[in-house]
Amino acid sequence: MNFPVLSVITFTPIVAALIILLLPPQRKNEARAVALAAATFALLLSLWVYLQYLTQHMTGYQFVEKYTWLNISPLVISLHFGVDGISAPLVLLTGVVMFTGVLISWGDDNPHVMAGIQDRPREFFAFLFILAWGVLGVFVSLDLFMLFFFYEIAVFPMYLLIVIWGWNVTREYAAMKLTLYLFIGSVVSLVGVLVMYWAHAQNTGVPTFDMIAMEGAGFSVPFQIIWFLPVFLGFAVLGGIWPFHNWSPDGHVAAPTAVSMFHAGVLMKLGAFAALRVGIMLLPEGAKYWSWLIMLFAAIAVVYGAYIAFVQMDFKYMVGFSSVSHMGLVMLGFSTLNREGLLGSGLQMFSHGVMTALFFAVVGMIYDRAHTRQIPELGGMNKVMPFATIGFIIGGLVSMGMPLFSGFIAEFPIFMGVWGRQWLVAVICSISIIITAGYIMRNIRQVFFGELPENLHGHMSDITVLDKVAITTLCLFMVGIGLFPRFMVPMVATGVENILRLLGGQ
Amino acid sequence: MFTSTMFASILPEILILILGMLVLIVEPFWKEEKRRNVGWLTAGGLLATMVISLLFGQPGQPTATLGGMIRFDWLGFFFKLLFMFAGAATALLLMDNEKVGRRGEAYVLLLASLLGMNLMAVSSNLVMLYLAIETTSIPLYVLAGFMVGDNKSVEAGFKYLLYGVLTSTFMLYGFSLVFGFSGTADLYQLAEMFKVGELSLVAAFAVLALILVGIGFKVSIVPFHFWAPDVYEGAPTPIAGFLSTASKAAGFAVLVRLFFVAFPGRDLASSWTIALAILSAVTMTVGNLLALPQTNIKRLLAFSSVAHAGYVLIGVVAFSKLGAASVVFYLAAYIVTNLLAFGVAMAFSKVTGFEDLKDYAGMSRRNPALALMMLAAFLSLTGMPPFGGFVAKVIVFAAGVQAGYVWLVVVGIINSMIGVYYYLNALKYVYLYRMPNEDEENHPVPLTRPYAIALAILAIGVVLIGVVFAPWFGWSDAAAMNLF
Repeated sequence: MNFPVLSVITFTPIVAALIILLLPPQRKNEARAVALAAATFALLLSLWVYLQYLTQHMTGYQFVEKYTWLNISPLVISLHFGVDGISAPLVLLTGVVMFTGVLISWGDDNPHVMAGIQDRPREFFAFLFILAWGVLGVFVSLDLFMLFFFYEIAVFPMYLLIVIWGWNVTREYAAMKLTLYLFIGSVVSLVGVLVMYWAHAQNTGVPTFDMIAMEGAGFSVPFQIIWFLPVFLGFAVLGGIWPFHNWSPDGHVAAPTAVSMFHAGVLMKLGAFAALRVGIMLLPEGAKYWSWLIMLFAAIAVVYGAYIAFVQMDFKYMVGFSSVSHMGLVMLGFSTLNREGLLGSGLQMFSHGVMTALFFAVVGMIYDRAHTRQIPELGGMNKVMPFATIGFIIGGLVSMGMPLFSGFIAEFPIFMGVWGRQWLVAVICSISIIITAGYIMRNIRQVFFGELPENLHGHMSDITVLDKVAITTLCLFMVGIGLFPRFMVPMVATGVENILRLLGGQ
Repeated sequence: MFTSTMFASILPEILILILGMLVLIVEPFWKEEKRRNVGWLTAGGLLATMVISLLFGQPGQPTATLGGMIRFDWLGFFFKLLFMFAGAATALLLMDNEKVGRRGEAYVLLLASLLGMNLMAVSSNLVMLYLAIETTSIPLYVLAGFMVGDNKSVEAGFKYLLYGVLTSTFMLYGFSLVFGFSGTADLYQLAEMFKVGELSLVAAFAVLALILVGIGFKVSIVPFHFWAPDVYEGAPTPIAGFLSTASKAAGFAVLVRLFFVAFPGRDLASSWTIALAILSAVTMTVGNLLALPQTNIKRLLAFSSVAHAGYVLIGVVAFSKLGAASVVFYLAAYIVTNLLAFGVAMAFSKVTGFEDLKDYAGMSRRNPALALMMLAAFLSLTGMPPFGGFVAKVIVFAAGVQAGYVWLVVVGIINSMIGVYYYLNALKYVYLYRMPNEDEENHPVPLTRPYAIALAILAIGVVLIGVVFAPWFGWSDAAAMNLF
């Protein structure tokens, strides 16, 4: 593989961001066009990588690129990129969310609709793409320093995106809360990462941040037990693990639509992915020791998140808490440490990413037109935006874990895995499915069907063509994976094999 | 006998001296309104000095020159380059300062203090060191109080002078005690005597404490930081920027050479590293906590610079090659970042006349480019990639963890979190809030050419250090190598 495809994917957003920033401020449409072109390019390339990995029946790390970045003893850092069966779908997910996020943010000329980004779109797209740069970098990095570097890059644009373009009621509070939570989590992990670096250097005599080399570091069992929790939980804060999930719904609600999509769709996966890659894969003995605690936290998140989502009156908060619940399922899958659970988690990360992006997109479209998100004040949306209604219903079915949709493919193995580990937890967590079905169906009925409230008559309009393209793209993936699991399951399974090998075989 | 090595070892200083003379001679012949062009001359001259030094004045093996007064090595050389870069940027930023920019003396004083800093970085003899420190300080006292008629500036000058003189007497007393105990003022001979155990460790520790007072003042570590906020607020802003970057770095250059070279040895080092670790923790915490309630941007930056001195100390505490390299790297990143931050504040207050955070409302609409530069500077101070501050912090922390000071690193990261709050809070004014009752689009903030050039170079520098960090770290490492 000579063409450095992963570098190109990763650096496309930042190059696009720089080009956008160099445009004059009043050139709003040019900024949007550059953003869309770059997002499309990144999506196509990530799709190509995904299909190559799938059709060539690849295993392990592929498309590997390695350039020495710093080699001055005792610091050895390299730009080491590669994807495996777990991260290739996530790269694709980022491409999808980037593409649809740009479409959603384009804006609507209808004077009644304040959709999209009208204020300083140049800065908006630039910051959004810096965020995307960080996200892609984490998914493809095989070097711990670089992973951390990109991880931090993904944190700070969130603050600006939320505080500048967010919901003006809570944005300052939510943005600062989110940033502090994420920063705390990441620096706690940093200490663990540095400790691991020196321990590895001492054990093997070869200092390197390379994660593949560190997999064979042979950390002692007590060392792993001590450092697993800070590293795993530090990253898992971004994955929305209970009891550190508090920033997440507030952040979702305050963020502008495209950022909510990014935030729930991709950013939370970032936390889960880093927790898996650094926590579980580099400290497997620690993971085995603490798996009960992770399972407990995850189980609480699953049930509690679903319950809180059920009682929300604010549409966006409901989706936000449902994200906590669904990300809890990802963590639950991790905590099983067996084939089924990990496989389900890998699938759930993709499935939930697409689904929640769709949810936030639809919620954003409704809010832009109705100017309220209170569920009781809404109704009859299928009369004005039938396309969005269909999209939301498909998303709802995924969320409930209906067969024939991607949610089922993902959640079923997780519950199987949990059953194998601790049947009681599986039983308790399955309650969340019922609660989820409850709030999803209630909201579909209340918001999309029934009568359009009096005060909304007249200034509701249908969604734009670009919005429809975005919804179609997202639905395509959810239905596609649901109908043809073989497009994703075998690939994730190869990634799981690698994790199981590190865990010492199961 | 005057050899070429001797000449090379003080080549930059000779050139700076010539440049200073040139400025003095040329300035009276220029008309009042053209006199700000002295800034171009100063900055250009300093850049030329850097280039010439890089071409002809690179050190090879560390050697003692000029009768053991000067140590000619990469540590000193790299610091010199940093100081001259900071000096050139400061000269550019001075140009459009209303009260200072057209006074040729300001540039001469700047060059004089730069000369002192350069000598601070290379002195290997206590007498030379003391001379260098005073050569640095006295012009800075004058510069801090340069705006005669402005009460705050005069207060700043006096405060800086009084604190400076007081602490420097402590340091001088320490130096004289060293000489009394050992009979030598040469740092490298001192190191030999410690190695063979000729000197008592208790006495050495007492002496170190006295010396630390003087250096602690220069680098503004707690409890010698009281002058910083008042002086930064009162002094002309470019000078405040220079004080918080080059002057601080010069203090650290002395600190690492003194502590790493002259007072090494495991027994002694283990006691002073603990002491410095505590100072570092206190400095970070006090600096960051006091930065939280600040509403004036210069005071905010003053307390933040106190906090950064604490982060740098982690590298000193680590007492390893990586630790020393991390100190040098951190200072390089910090100099560029903080100069950018002060530069943005200057450019903004030149047009608006305000220095309070609340007056920064609407800045991103008034000048998006300036707002982006402020974003880069503040995120770099926070320690966010892809800016220099991130890599610098990670390397300093890595050195701390390697040396077993995990608790200190934890204190460091808690402090970084406090930093996140106030730095991002400042950015909120820039990007979110709007000017009250006014259409800010009608109040642009134009940049004059010296500002534009200086800020652009600094902003590129901040990103470059954060992304392509290998060359800078390589130089820092080469500099650190000379200490062991």
